[in-house]
Amino acid sequence: MSDPSASPTAVQPEGHQPESGPPPKGRRMAATPGSTKTAAEAGRKPARSRTGKADTSTVLAVSKGRTGAARMLLGRDAIMIYVLLVVVLYASIVIPRFASPVTVGFLLLDVIPTLLIALPMTLVIISGEIDLSVASIAGLTSALMGVLWQGGMNIALVLVICVLAGLVAGAFNGVLIAYLGLPSLAVTIGTLALFRGLALVVIGDNAVANFPPGLTAFFTSKLGGTGIPTVMIGVVVLIIAFAVVLHFTPFGRGLFALGYSKEAATFVGIDVARSKFLLYLATGTVSALAGIYWTLRYSSARSDNASGLELAVIAAVLLGGVSIFGGKGSIPGVLAGVLLIGTINYALKLDRVSEVVLIIVTGSLLIISVVAPNIASAIRRARHSRQVRSAPLP
Amino acid sequence: MRFIHSGTRRRAAFAALATSAALVLSACGGGAASEGGGSEGGSGSDGEQTITFIPKQLNNPYTDVVLGGGEDGASEAGFAESEVVGPLDASASSQVSFINAETQRGTNVIVIAANDPDAVGPALEEARAAGSKIVAFDSDTNPDYRDLFVSQVNAKDVALVQLELISEQIGGEGEIAILSATANATNQNEWIKFMEEELASNPDYANIELVAKVYGDDDDTKSFQEAQGLLQAYPDLKGIISPTTVGIAATARYLSTSEYKGKVALTGLGLPNEMRPFVKDGTVSEFALWDPAQLGYVAAFAGKALADGDITGEPGDTFEAGELGEREVGEGGIVLVGPPTQFNAENIDDYDF
Amino acid sequence: MSLDSKSTAPAHPTPEHGRTSALGSLLKLRELPVVLALVVLVAVTAAINPLFLSEQGIKDLLLNATILMILAVGQTLVIITRNIDLSVGSILGLVAFSTGSLFVAAPNLPIVAVFVLGMLFGAVLGGLNGLLITIAKVPALVITLGTLYIFRGINNAWAGGTQYFAGDRPEAFGNLSVDTALGFPVITLIAVVVVAIVAVYMLGTRPGRDLYAIGSDPDAARLFGIPVTRRVLLAFVVNGLLAGLAGVLYASRFNSVGATTGSGLELDVVAAAVVGGVAIFGGSGTVVGAAIGALLLTTITSALTALRVDKFWQQAIVGILILAAVVIDRIASVRSARKLRIAEARNV
Repeated sequence: MSDPSASPTAVQPEGHQPESGPPPKGRRMAATPGSTKTAAEAGRKPARSRTGKADTSTVLAVSKGRTGAARMLLGRDAIMIYVLLVVVLYASIVIPRFASPVTVGFLLLDVIPTLLIALPMTLVIISGEIDLSVASIAGLTSALMGVLWQGGMNIALVLVICVLAGLVAGAFNGVLIAYLGLPSLAVTIGTLALFRGLALVVIGDNAVANFPPGLTAFFTSKLGGTGIPTVMIGVVVLIIAFAVVLHFTPFGRGLFALGYSKEAATFVGIDVARSKFLLYLATGTVSALAGIYWTLRYSSARSDNASGLELAVIAAVLLGGVSIFGGKGSIPGVLAGVLLIGTINYALKLDRVSEVVLIIVTGSLLIISVVAPNIASAIRRARHSRQVRSAPLP
Repeated sequence: MRFIHSGTRRRAAFAALATSAALVLSACGGGAASEGGGSEGGSGSDGEQTITFIPKQLNNPYTDVVLGGGEDGASEAGFAESEVVGPLDASASSQVSFINAETQRGTNVIVIAANDPDAVGPALEEARAAGSKIVAFDSDTNPDYRDLFVSQVNAKDVALVQLELISEQIGGEGEIAILSATANATNQNEWIKFMEEELASNPDYANIELVAKVYGDDDDTKSFQEAQGLLQAYPDLKGIISPTTVGIAATARYLSTSEYKGKVALTGLGLPNEMRPFVKDGTVSEFALWDPAQLGYVAAFAGKALADGDITGEPGDTFEAGELGEREVGEGGIVLVGPPTQFNAENIDDYDF
Repeated sequence: MSLDSKSTAPAHPTPEHGRTSALGSLLKLRELPVVLALVVLVAVTAAINPLFLSEQGIKDLLLNATILMILAVGQTLVIITRNIDLSVGSILGLVAFSTGSLFVAAPNLPIVAVFVLGMLFGAVLGGLNGLLITIAKVPALVITLGTLYIFRGINNAWAGGTQYFAGDRPEAFGNLSVDTALGFPVITLIAVVVVAIVAVYMLGTRPGRDLYAIGSDPDAARLFGIPVTRRVLLAFVVNGLLAGLAGVLYASRFNSVGATTGSGLELDVVAAAVVGGVAIFGGSGTVVGAAIGALLLTTITSALTALRVDKFWQQAIVGILILAAVVIDRIASVRSARKLRIAEARNV
């Protein structure tokens, strides 16, 4: 550390860790210089009621006295869902053959891996962390599955071992992040390379394809004429499970608290390390499930399966309204985010529009979804201060 | 909470705007094409047939030449509509959702160069169940999933030509290595298999030893570094065979910029336009390739014959392939296009692809 | 090898306890473990395969590291301010393709002009990132993830199936990656000069030091009167500029530039910086460290090939290295935190 001004600051990362107790001046929110306003609005709990009263802008004046139901209908998740519906409707009208059960089937089959991993990822990001290693865990599972199956192991046993492998990989992340207190971004960049590397070590250049036909057929089968893939039953169960855990249990509420402020969470008795560890166990396990699905859907076990999926998952989760700073987000919003990207993706493919457009649209949506609220609040602030000046209120 | 409301409304408005913009864009892009035969595409029997090419990946020069021939073939064969769709990356699963979308559009003929012989299987079966004919070209799928495979040339011939070239260039003895595309590429793996068999069985090659097989994944940077690694790991290496256009060009670039230029022989399959400077500067003396355009051209006619019900893909079936004349379906449902051409300093300027 | 660096790190604290400055300042050199790892790696590899350090071998090692080195230096500036730029691979791709196009469109353009244009283009793209982040006040991770897609999309839309090859460019341009001066390939010299300039800037100038302050505590930096927005914007512009330079050099060294050039590079770049001792949460790390990190990562790849180690292990080893670097960082920060507390006579 040849720079004198740098040496004391080497302590900084520690501020993110539970065991140290630096002044809780919102370091989390400062992850981007100048982001303080965003985070403040994004709302620490106490700020909420205060802003409701203090803000006299016209938009909010109208919404005064909104009931619970109205709030639900106009909430951020609801709006994501409206956007999704509008896109689906629009695609149904404009693109021939879009409105059919076949679409439902193909579309869902495409989004299931993203959908699965997005669930635990939502919880992880809400708690203020991140996991970039998910796609590599899926790839490692896939590789393992291929090798074990080719080695003549019973398929049921193979599946159990694969899920356990995901659990172990998640636990590895969890120990490093939750108990050793290392920064999750750096750790999971490391395990992204490590797990993908292990997948290569396990299966090398080979591809295993001869999985039991009954099993692979099951993974692409549909529920009667609805077009809904059979595996969606399991996916829906997981969605409900994660939604309940996040929104209706003390553990879930604890995650929001954790995302707002680790110090505060510790004070109110949340076991920060244990919560985070459990989250990484969940991402590992669910990533393994996604890896199994990927392998059986494409009936091909390879080391490069699902590579690059981590960025797609994170893009979908952020689009679904989860704040990258933690403390904010919901499962319904994320579902809408994942399905929105999936729908646009499939609609464009059905209309034979180049993937280039898809890439640009995904990127733009992501940026707009974070920039727009800030611009909006800047405008509102300007309007607010004008009103305050003309009719001063306490 | 309320504070957020208007923010999200605005966000939603923006998102909706962007999305509809994208969809409008897409409607414009695809609309023109689909007006022609898209709406009746599903029926097929009234002569309004559609064909779609799904290459390994878009934006690859070799693929562009193949597809150029495909487009010509499709219009000559009488397809009402011909399209090219495909992924931007050549990963195993990336082609599947394109096949699904084409299945749903009711495309009559899907022509595909498989990134993975099995990963595309279930999707192709669904397409066939919906009435599409499947023609594999360039890189085969598992034979269960397609009606025909239009092959560049006899796989064994390709392998033997490359061996002959390298043997000639290194004087019949020494260590050689292979720098291939992806580890699962069906076509490359088949050629490599034939090369290995021939090396083991042909007494002419008794003094040639294949010391390594590496994979550049058809990625310029990776192939470049693999070539570099080969030369470092095997100091006695006399020659490299790269049976892929990306690999041979990247290897040639490395050789031409290193001390190994002119000392280590390089041959394989390359595009004349890409290889011209390396032939001129002496890095490469001779390499081979078929005319990629013919590959797409024949595939289009094969698709037409299948869709019309003239052939079923059984060995012995014959069909007319436009100006290239009659073609016969061989063993395993394989149609051969033509012999490979060898390019060297004398003739390379006669070719433009 | 990476296990070594892991185990040596905790071993260091013990002797240092009683004594003071000399060992302490040596330990503070966060680059030390990376340099040691690099030396051991090269020594072991060369002992087994002498060709590794042949003239051509060294040249290849340096050439391989050049582009990643430049990118890692730029990324370090951004990470030090507690931001991140994931779009560098896409910027490199766009600039590399535009370099190819430029030579085709204007074959007589002086090479220097191409460098300037490429770097300007990169700076514009980096500036776009910076503006979105500083003015709209949104997290860099999200914005640059978005522009990663957008820049790549533009590259694809622009290039389509077109690729430009080494033969389309003047020989003198390609020779920059072939010819050597003072034993170094020319483009590596360019990289070394870049590292030196940025290192001096970071250490010796006010704006450079400001970046550390911003990364340590943005609020405090603002209170202190540091123009945070302008400085962060500067970091992104410089990062874009360097990514642009890397793009031009890519076109010089490799055969083809097209739609997919440079994709997937972003994580390698961040990994290089992390391995080189740049703390992911800002405020600490040096560009020299990052450059050595880049050199170490690319050297591992070459070393494994030269040793004929199963190349499948390569990526796993890179992963372990990154984790080792993070652990070392953690230990260092815990130690200096303890020291600070003792210094403040606080009882913890």
